[in-house]
Amino acid sequence: MIKDITIGQYFPGKSVIHRLDPRMKLLLTTLYIVMLFVADGFLGLAAGFIFLLFAFFISRIPLTLMIKSIKPIIPIMIFTGILNILFIDTGTVLFEWWAVKITTGGLKTSAFMIIRIICLICGTSLLTYTTSPIMLTDAIERVLSPLKKIKLPVHELAMMMTIALRFIPTLIEETDKIMSAQKARGADFETGSLINRAKALVPVLIPLFVSAFRRAEELALAMECRCYHGGEGRTRMKQLSLGVNDYAALGITVAFLVLVIVVNIFTVI
Amino acid sequence: MESNAGRIIEIKNVSFSYVNEVAEPPVKTQVISNLSLDINRGEFVAVLGHNGSGKSTLAKMINGINLPENGDVVVDGMNTKDESRLLDIRQTVGMVFQNPDNQIVATIVEEDVAFALENMGVEPKEIRRRVDEALKTVGMYEYREHAPHKLSGGQKQRIAIAGVIAMNPECIVLDEPTAMLDPNGRQEVMKTIKRLNEEQNITIVLITHYMDEAAQAKRVVVVDDGKIIIDDVPKKVFSQVELLKSRGLDVPQVTELAYRLRQDGIDIGSEIINEDECVSALLGLLKK
Repeated sequence: MIKDITIGQYFPGKSVIHRLDPRMKLLLTTLYIVMLFVADGFLGLAAGFIFLLFAFFISRIPLTLMIKSIKPIIPIMIFTGILNILFIDTGTVLFEWWAVKITTGGLKTSAFMIIRIICLICGTSLLTYTTSPIMLTDAIERVLSPLKKIKLPVHELAMMMTIALRFIPTLIEETDKIMSAQKARGADFETGSLINRAKALVPVLIPLFVSAFRRAEELALAMECRCYHGGEGRTRMKQLSLGVNDYAALGITVAFLVLVIVVNIFTVI
Repeated sequence: MESNAGRIIEIKNVSFSYVNEVAEPPVKTQVISNLSLDINRGEFVAVLGHNGSGKSTLAKMINGINLPENGDVVVDGMNTKDESRLLDIRQTVGMVFQNPDNQIVATIVEEDVAFALENMGVEPKEIRRRVDEALKTVGMYEYREHAPHKLSGGQKQRIAIAGVIAMNPECIVLDEPTAMLDPNGRQEVMKTIKRLNEEQNITIVLITHYMDEAAQAKRVVVVDDGKIIIDDVPKKVFSQVELLKSRGLDVPQVTELAYRLRQDGIDIGSEIINEDECVSALLGLLKK
């Protein structure tokens, strides 16, 4: 069960979207989020939705994967929907009972909000589905590198991220081993109340922590042996470079953003 | 350059001890006492010793992780106490550790091999070339885009070796590199090490407690209780069966067999250290 956890949920592929520069993808995702929040009518939102569909089809990500990414936020969607229905009382009243009043305005706004959340989640998932965690870390390091001037330890943060990503599978494997070892000694992780089950995990976590510290020490030693001395004077093997595809993608995204703004202006008039 | 250009590592009268500061009063344990050892360029030296003999501590002294209390360690003319040369020393002497999982830094094989070169500030194109070359040398080029955690132990250890040879070191110190591997993995790693020594003339210092691995070296140094007790070619070292056994060490199985046969009055040579030699010696006996 524990092996099912996938961090970064990267879906390997070779589509145009996969091959875009990760920095550009970060920028495009930001523009896309701006697009969704700028849109104040269904028409603008539709433009954002079309943009999403367009990107989704190029990326060749399976539809089931997209639907899976929406699943965890269904409660939030329902909550937002109900709140909007209950508290917005513009438009004509459709139904009234005690303090509950459902109006066309409320229904409209809640539908709008839900679609916006779906677009938001799907769009950002598309980023993590098409970009490997290491590429993302790399992009974040490069995008944030100007902040080194104000003494923000950008390189160190990125290095920590990389090591964390590297050790997640190792630690998961180790947890599995320790759990099996404890089960062989009669530990019970599956039955009992929630508190009992949480307590049963203590003998798993302690050895895991001890070994994690030992690993950290050895890794630090190995890094020192390979001349690691912080980010100073460091070069990278893979250079990121913006290509024609990146600029084309940027152009299309900006066009959509402008379209949404234009739609906004016209619907207001 | 100094006159002893043939020597890559000179260890002169070094001592080292660990201090347990938690104990009351603090306990000082002498691990290495007044040890001297010279290693020549292109040599393949195995350092043998049982657990706690000080062999790992000795290994960590060679590239300046542990600094000697007394005496000096000189690597290619650079003293490990000279902090300004530390990066040069670590570039000259690469180090591979026991647990392959705990020395791989990146999530992609080729990124990990590039790690040391990136630290050294090598040009991106040159990094690419050296990474590909290193991966081909250890026979892991096809796996360059894989995630390390999906590889076998032997493969991971070869990646770790590639990460070190990408630095173009003159010497590689391997601290029990096969201790956590299965027999196949051990064989892969040993083959790689031998090839590096023979084809690229890289000096190899192999710390081990496997006798059959030590038998493949050209020189064996036996360390016990922080001192060198034997320093000779494998044949001469393993012919001293009684001395090794009295220090809690073993000899290769075939040497053991020959030793016992000899004790039973059978006339078989005392310098048998590998299976081929044993087979031919036994065949020779049977034909008589």
